[in-house]
Amino acid sequence: MGQTIAEKILSAHVKRGAPTGGEVSPGKLVEVRVDMVLANDITAPIAIREFSRIGVDRVFDPEKVALVPDHFAPNKDMKAAEQCRQLRDFARAQGIKNYFEVGRMGIEHVLLPEEGLVLPGDVVVGADSHTCTYGALGAFGTGMGSTDIAVAMAIGSIWMKVPETIRVLYYGELQPWVGGKDLILYTIGTIGVDGARYQAIEFAGPAIADLPMSGRFTMANMAIEAGAKAGLFAVDDATRAYLEPRAGRPYTAYDADPDATYTRIVEVDVSEIEPQVAFPHLPSNVRPISQVGEVCIDQSVIGLCTNGRWDDLALAAEVLRGRQVHPNVRCIVIPGTQGIYLRAVREGLAEVFVEAGAALSTPTCGPCLGGHMGVLAAGERCVSTTNRNFVGRMGHPTSEVYLANPAVAAASAVLGRIAGPEEVID
Amino acid sequence: MSDEMCLKAKRRANYVRLEKLCGRVWKYGDNVNTDAIIPARYLNVSTPEELAAHCMEDIDSGFASQVEAGDVIVSGANFGCGSSREHAPLAIKGAGISCVVAVSFARIFYRNAINIGLPILECRKAVSGTEAGQTLEVDLTQGTITNLDSGETFQAEPYPSFLMGVIGAGGLIPYTRRRLGVG
Repeated sequence: MGQTIAEKILSAHVKRGAPTGGEVSPGKLVEVRVDMVLANDITAPIAIREFSRIGVDRVFDPEKVALVPDHFAPNKDMKAAEQCRQLRDFARAQGIKNYFEVGRMGIEHVLLPEEGLVLPGDVVVGADSHTCTYGALGAFGTGMGSTDIAVAMAIGSIWMKVPETIRVLYYGELQPWVGGKDLILYTIGTIGVDGARYQAIEFAGPAIADLPMSGRFTMANMAIEAGAKAGLFAVDDATRAYLEPRAGRPYTAYDADPDATYTRIVEVDVSEIEPQVAFPHLPSNVRPISQVGEVCIDQSVIGLCTNGRWDDLALAAEVLRGRQVHPNVRCIVIPGTQGIYLRAVREGLAEVFVEAGAALSTPTCGPCLGGHMGVLAAGERCVSTTNRNFVGRMGHPTSEVYLANPAVAAASAVLGRIAGPEEVID
Repeated sequence: MSDEMCLKAKRRANYVRLEKLCGRVWKYGDNVNTDAIIPARYLNVSTPEELAAHCMEDIDSGFASQVEAGDVIVSGANFGCGSSREHAPLAIKGAGISCVVAVSFARIFYRNAINIGLPILECRKAVSGTEAGQTLEVDLTQGTITNLDSGETFQAEPYPSFLMGVIGAGGLIPYTRRRLGVG
């Protein structure tokens, strides 16, 4: 019987003789070997605490553990500083070289692919829900909690339920200023925030072939916002071109069999899709930009793990170039990695942002989860390229977050209200 | 009222075993996310006690101060959606909640709760048949949920046998220790 991409990757990683059993079919529990285990400064402290209770001294393979201080780093307060130190001390004690210090780091889900640490066919588990981002590379990335990550660090494997797969087929030609963010917001709006709960999503179809890697990372990143365990793309020429300068080891590219079984197939005509905006307080609460109405904003956040790649910043810069951020708006631009930041400096994007009156920050998850670098006051509104708009997500419980693509966030920053880039660019 | 009912129920069942839980209901809707359970601004700490002080703060400001040991959360679909933060079930456990009954759980929250030994049960009928402030008795070994106010009993979805092993061991760490022969 044919297999989906998720089933193929899990089949290649299943640990025989495990207490779960070893049958790789949807709904069955299996134990799988992991190629990379990830945690950050929020989730690693608990993982390290639980790891110490297991009774093993060393992580299973220090090359296959990555620790990234990105959420409340650079340290936002003393408690955060202690958490970051726990990460650093553990990395040193365990000889984990994939620890990325402030100034040399990035937001984990932008950083790991850039560093070539995740390759097609890998199984990656991370104590961060957006670990599903790696599906853009044809890797099975999935988020777990700290205790799961502690066990994976100790024994190099973890139990999973083999997910059913939903296939979403995108066809048609993209409208101007529409990209991966809009496709995934539209898709979440269609299937709902639990529409793919406990399932994998395969993103496929002719419109995906035309989508750059940056857009695929954005889509895979937000698979979890539909409840998905993983969001997967098949490997194609664009993936190989992305990997060519990065992959330091061989990899296996999996595509779904033509007779693979899907629980559901969703078809999306992308030519019908305008830039999308997710209203508070769910990512599924989407409206096309033409239906947004007058929504004045206090802040615009551009970048981070969902939209902090080079293409994203270039789009925002195209809108902001030669224009000014509205007097009532704070615009904060956060590149995904120091590498992207450096390129933004070298190629003039940094100048565009600063001249426009935006704040340009070193990589951090800070504002996305109301940590630092752009926390909202009571009643304030923010348009953001991030992935969640839950109550209190970016600050005060009465503040509001509207999710959008980088061009919309930039145009909104200029006009002081949520607007499409076509209102700014003639 | 709640205490009295629980005491009577305990006398009736003549048990002192932990598998039977009893408590007053806190009821919430669908898609209760992890930012609602424990806002990210408090993730610079990680002990259950510290986290419990802010549990449900943004959607129910009275919860943390009024919750009593043994109380039960009853919620709709997709409980615990959003981030992977284990701080969410830790905050709930730290607040003294004995069990969460929901129509369904988000995947990562489901794992986290089992891993740290927070009892959770999926049961649509129990959710629709329970109001805030009522008293539930939960039998974890049987997977039954009884509304002591209405007298109705509901049957929750059973766990796969592997997970029963993890739950029986008290969570994933003791389970792993036993498996590695160090427990």
